[in-house]
Amino acid sequence: MPILEVNNIRKSFGSTEVLKDISFSMEEGQAVSIIGSSGSGKTTLLRCLNFLETPDAGTITVRGEKLFDTADAAGRSDARIAENRLHFGLVFQQFNLFPQYTALQNVMLAPQLAAQKAKIPDDGSILAKARRLLDEMGLSDRMNNYPHQLSGGQQQRVAIARALALSPDILCFDEPTSALDPELTGEVLKVIRALADNNTTMIIVTHEMSFARDVSDKVIFMDQGVIAEQGTPAEIFGDPKEERTKRFLASYTRGAM
Amino acid sequence: MFVSVTLSLLQGFWGTFKLFSLTLVFALPLGLLISLGSMSRLRVVSYPLKFLIWVIRGTPLLLQLLIFYYGPGILFGTNIWGSGDAGRFIAALVSFVINYACYFSEIYRGGIQSIPVGQYEAGYVLGMSKGEIFRKVVLLQVIKRIVPPMANEIITLVKDTSLARVIAVYEIIWNGQKFIKSEGIIWPLFYTGVFYLVFSGLLTVLFDRLEKKLDYFR
Repeated sequence: MPILEVNNIRKSFGSTEVLKDISFSMEEGQAVSIIGSSGSGKTTLLRCLNFLETPDAGTITVRGEKLFDTADAAGRSDARIAENRLHFGLVFQQFNLFPQYTALQNVMLAPQLAAQKAKIPDDGSILAKARRLLDEMGLSDRMNNYPHQLSGGQQQRVAIARALALSPDILCFDEPTSALDPELTGEVLKVIRALADNNTTMIIVTHEMSFARDVSDKVIFMDQGVIAEQGTPAEIFGDPKEERTKRFLASYTRGAM
Repeated sequence: MFVSVTLSLLQGFWGTFKLFSLTLVFALPLGLLISLGSMSRLRVVSYPLKFLIWVIRGTPLLLQLLIFYYGPGILFGTNIWGSGDAGRFIAALVSFVINYACYFSEIYRGGIQSIPVGQYEAGYVLGMSKGEIFRKVVLLQVIKRIVPPMANEIITLVKDTSLARVIAVYEIIWNGQKFIKSEGIIWPLFYTGVFYLVFSGLLTVLFDRLEKKLDYFR
């Protein structure tokens, strides 16, 4: 059974149709990269999966459980949506750390609130997990720093630890290195690569083509609101079938030079 | 003479202080409610509140005091405020609370709207509810941003309390002025300025401390 099935997602903003009938699926432990030019709908698709946007039509199914179905209005309640969101984690382009909390507090806040709500007593496991995650991100000496005391790359790694703290089924990245200085992208890509090596199920929207090629099991190329082509990295980068995929990739190799 | 004037002014200052602090106690929370209401998507809620803010901010507080105190009597033929000093104090307090709540509401609104939408979205994707995001993520950031404009407004309130004497509420200027008639001296009136200065000085120190306390994050 695929871990995620997305079927016939549509989304318009006003009269602009941003997503036109998007369908794809992925297996547990896969890393899927979504590439495409700006305005192709990549970010909107990711935001639909995290319920930051409500699709106009379509279904989202995780492990066989239908999380979203336009036919089911009851699924739109705030409580249900908050619950559904826990299947996904999202790492933002702009990090969006909470400035008044330390790195460690940023990672612990949501699990603590969830534990309070479920009336689970604090046995120190939330703290232990937050420490372990920050450690894995190479931030053991930065746990008590506030976001403004961290570099962009460090902030983004804290954001990744924060997203992992709730053990989402699928971790999504929205251009995780686009807001970073070039010398800082490497450290963030390294931890994402390590996650992929550990078979973390991930969807990565990115402009880093060589990274997408190395790290993903599957690449989706989006163009003007549709999935123009999908396949293995070897198929998409090595032998693209569609004319527009070829054009996009060609513009990229030129631009990268 | 100096001692008796000082004692009389201190007594008057007690009236100033009562009006000042009770205005804050009621106007700070009321302002937040007006602010949230004025940002509501429900127009039946937001439009009347925006109208209220316009009227209150668009007319002098002096005039509002007179209308609040005398208006009900003219309209209904009875003084709803009760007789004597207590009634006049309550009328003044109500006018101040409404006036300052409207100003505060706009400061709150500015603070709340200046929080980047990414902060809310980060909370949402972590499964937090709207209330949790407001209390645990947004609130302290809003407070940090509104401390300077709030300090400004609150120091203005210290001095605005002197307007209450237009409906004969005892406060420090009233007590300073009475020496002109009774003793033929004007310096007690000027002397009241020292009380205002000391009090607003204390408030300035207090707000500076608060600002420093919130300086640990950006």
